[in-house]
Amino acid sequence: MSTLFQTFIAPFSEFEFMRRALAGALALALGACPIGVFLMLRRMSLVGDAMAHAILPGAAVGFLLSGLNLFAMTAGGLIAGFVVALLTGLVARTTELKEDAALATFYLLSLAIGVTIISLKGTNIDLLHVLFGNVLALDDQTLLMIAANASVTLIVLALIYRPLVIECVDPGFMRTVSRAGGPAHLAFLVLVVLNLVSGFYALGTLLAVGIMMLPAAIGRFWARDTTLMIVIATASGAVSGYAGLLISFHAGVASGPAIILVAGGLYLASLLFGRVGGLVRQAFPGRHLEA
Amino acid sequence: MSAALRFRNLTLGYDRHPAVHHLDGAVETGALVAVVGPNGAGKSTLFKGIVGVIKPLAGRIERGDPNPQNIAYLPQAAEIDRTFPINVYDMVAMGLWRRAGSFGGIDRAARASIEQAMDAVGLSGFEDRAIATLSGGQMQRMLFARLLLQDAHVIVLDEPFNAVDAKTSADLFDLVQRWHGERRTVLTAMHDIDFVRAHFPETLLLAREPVAWGHTANVLTPENLLAARRMCEAFDQHAELCPEEQAPPSPPFSEAARAGIDPQP
Repeated sequence: MSTLFQTFIAPFSEFEFMRRALAGALALALGACPIGVFLMLRRMSLVGDAMAHAILPGAAVGFLLSGLNLFAMTAGGLIAGFVVALLTGLVARTTELKEDAALATFYLLSLAIGVTIISLKGTNIDLLHVLFGNVLALDDQTLLMIAANASVTLIVLALIYRPLVIECVDPGFMRTVSRAGGPAHLAFLVLVVLNLVSGFYALGTLLAVGIMMLPAAIGRFWARDTTLMIVIATASGAVSGYAGLLISFHAGVASGPAIILVAGGLYLASLLFGRVGGLVRQAFPGRHLEA
Repeated sequence: MSAALRFRNLTLGYDRHPAVHHLDGAVETGALVAVVGPNGAGKSTLFKGIVGVIKPLAGRIERGDPNPQNIAYLPQAAEIDRTFPINVYDMVAMGLWRRAGSFGGIDRAARASIEQAMDAVGLSGFEDRAIATLSGGQMQRMLFARLLLQDAHVIVLDEPFNAVDAKTSADLFDLVQRWHGERRTVLTAMHDIDFVRAHFPETLLLAREPVAWGHTANVLTPENLLAARRMCEAFDQHAELCPEEQAPPSPPFSEAARAGIDPQP
């Protein structure tokens, strides 16, 4: 009993930084996982990755102006993300360039600008911090920001849920019954950026997308309807956060990658044994039914 | 009798090339109109114009009821993502958008109307099926159930009976006739000329230019059909500007020509 306690609870009850990290990871899962499900369903799984890169220069400008300051870097990241999202939408709608190509051009430019800015001022340690984040070093402000972003995400998602789902499944119908489809999509993109900024602090630019997309993919293997998919994704995101922190604590590995690797393990298990289209299920579908 | 839709020298198209050219006329409230013409005649374009998906290049469309939600539209190829994890019940329930919108609840009366609509198209028992598992005909039945719930005054159907079997198209046409009986205005793009002759009181024959519009028997003459086919084949990628000012507006298909049409079946 006491070893169980030592293994699973003591790290959090004894160390404040672990409690903070757990709160941050859970808040992150609550916001980012539902967003990831919609990214996946809209076939925009890689958009999160591209947007994460796009956010970097904004954060870098914030860093350049005021060092490792939460609000400056967050505001910078949000602005850069929104600018890239809007430019992408504009170019995709007005020129022959499709959305993916437009996004690729702008995020790469943005990334190049960001790395240039960081190399002008920061040391390599700062660069590592920006690229990989550190969930074990969340201060009050950062933790509050992650929690606030998660709250905003859930509220806005509740408001735009119906138009967003209809816009995903039948955009033609949405256009004929309402003009809410476009604004819903835009609000959704804003939420993507918001959650990437959260993930940025906990997991870094490179892995922030991991807590969005891996749980979403896990959900797809277990649920046939959107609501259940979101619940499963969020739960597996939360479990990954908790288990990843434990592994990081006991094995002394970096926390961000540990969280994503746990999610990766859950994903592999789902890929094999998932109820909906898992590989084992496909190989042994069982006898067919009567009707 | 008031017009549900009135076209005033309407030109619709893409990239300045007209696909519907100088269309004049009115669709009376409660009319059941077949829109007939060869491929590329502008039928789908006209429908997209009516529901407001594309804007006219010239002229205008006057809607008797300015609320766009009173027009329901079934496109020829719906842009439905069939892999999306949603079941038939929720798809049909989308038809209640006008009543429920983004936030409105689906109460007991609404659930009853959803069940009625599913029953009317013969999809009872399919509520929990994912849309990915539906056949083409079942898909079309589901979309008709959604149209039923939309409860629109004007219903625009773009080739609704293509690629569905005889039983399905008969079942679905029953719904069209029910709408007609309820004095809703229905426009349907059709390819089956014999079916149009048998069931539609009014026909618009379109071949980019309007060829004829009125009583089905007067419109679907061999001469008109031949003219329609010829007109559609003439397409010029490098067409000159349309001399709109000089051209006399095509004679509006007069109300008198269609005076004998009874909107009731």
